[in-house]
Amino acid sequence: MSESLDPRINRLKLGNAGEVIKVEEGENWQVYEVFHQEKRGAHHEHVGCVHAPDAQLALVFAKEQFGRRKKCVNLWVVRSADILAFDAEDEDMFANNIEKTYRDASGFKVMDKINKFKQAGKAAPQQ
Amino acid sequence: MYGGGYIFDEPNRKQQREEQLHDDPEKLAAFEDRITRGEKIEPGDWMPAEYRRQLIRLIEQHAHSEIIGALPEGTWITRAPGFKRKLALIAKVQDEIGHGQLLYNAAETLGKSREAMINDLLSGKSKYSNVFNYPAETWADVTVIGFLIDAAAIVNQIANSKGSYGPYCRALERICYEESFHLKQGHDAFIELATGTPEQKAMLQDALNRWWQPIMHFFGPPDKNSTHSEKLMQWKVKMASNDDMRNQFLDTYVPKIWELGLTLPDPLLKKNDSTGKWEYSDPDWDLFFKVINGDGPCNQERLSVRKWAEEHGRWVRKALMNPTQQKTVPAA
Repeated sequence: MSESLDPRINRLKLGNAGEVIKVEEGENWQVYEVFHQEKRGAHHEHVGCVHAPDAQLALVFAKEQFGRRKKCVNLWVVRSADILAFDAEDEDMFANNIEKTYRDASGFKVMDKINKFKQAGKAAPQQ
Repeated sequence: MYGGGYIFDEPNRKQQREEQLHDDPEKLAAFEDRITRGEKIEPGDWMPAEYRRQLIRLIEQHAHSEIIGALPEGTWITRAPGFKRKLALIAKVQDEIGHGQLLYNAAETLGKSREAMINDLLSGKSKYSNVFNYPAETWADVTVIGFLIDAAAIVNQIANSKGSYGPYCRALERICYEESFHLKQGHDAFIELATGTPEQKAMLQDALNRWWQPIMHFFGPPDKNSTHSEKLMQWKVKMASNDDMRNQFLDTYVPKIWELGLTLPDPLLKKNDSTGKWEYSDPDWDLFFKVINGDGPCNQERLSVRKWAEEHGRWVRKALMNPTQQKTVPAA
């Protein structure tokens, strides 16, 4: 492989790709979820994950991975294993009554009632 | 860059087919209904074994392609002509490695560990996009890669970003956003050579001639030979046929090449105005299979570099593997 067009390859004097390299389980550390904050006061938004041996290094990797474009003022990282979530299959526990006008200002038509009352001529004369 | 383009499937699929037969028919029907309705499938959801297998294969090979694809370009960082080109190339190569990380993460959500994926790359079991088994001989090669290979990858990635698996779509959304810069800087460098001195123009034409066949290979064998089933289309794993993507690529980019006064090394290449499809000579598909199976000009070198990095970075990873827990305070 000494005839490579890549000068770096020739400097490294790489042997033939014969030897077996095996990465051991866990050697790529653990997964951290990354939350990105675009400006102060904004919510942190989940943007993806990084692999890191600890939270400090996860922050460094997250900066490289998710902070190199667009605006970013802060990042959070949290071990994926520490995130607690409902099972996707339990989704139906969130099923709910969609008709909720009773808890909304628009659900109460007071003017309609007043106008109806006035039109019926039952209101006391003003003067 | 570096959508899988043609993603290679191992021919040992018998066992999975058996497994697929055991999928619960009721769950399968519900799953297919969800996809028909345009819903995204998320990591915790039930999915057919074959769907999982195909997606791991697809996303993993896409990830490997991003990582290996950085090598032919990375070679040219030290020799890029001018400071601005050097900065752009460094940024692009950094993006590609980032894309690899995003994609490995998406594949991991399907249950294959990062270590297993790296091992399968190093042992040659997993493939990566065939185009990266060719050398970047001159600076013009880098501009052809940056413009045309990225363009081909974008055609593929935009199609895939409308697929059915949520984590892959989200990764691709971000990747496509960054790709637009890669394509633009590649096109800019390409135009500069095409409109430059006679030597520059000749160098570009030469690179174009050498890369045209790998580019025609990029989207994979013609549909008539395709082994990928309708099932993958129905499940929105494969979003467009090889020939359709190739045609879409030719439609957009051949005029951009011709308008610069360059030629393509295929006398039969022309658009059939009545069908709206491109006609071209069949690229050498035997060569394609030979290269993807490990016998291309740079297969050995690419894997050697990757193995070297794995071996020589190991002491760092090991040293950091068991840190003492640090005291933390709530973030908010």
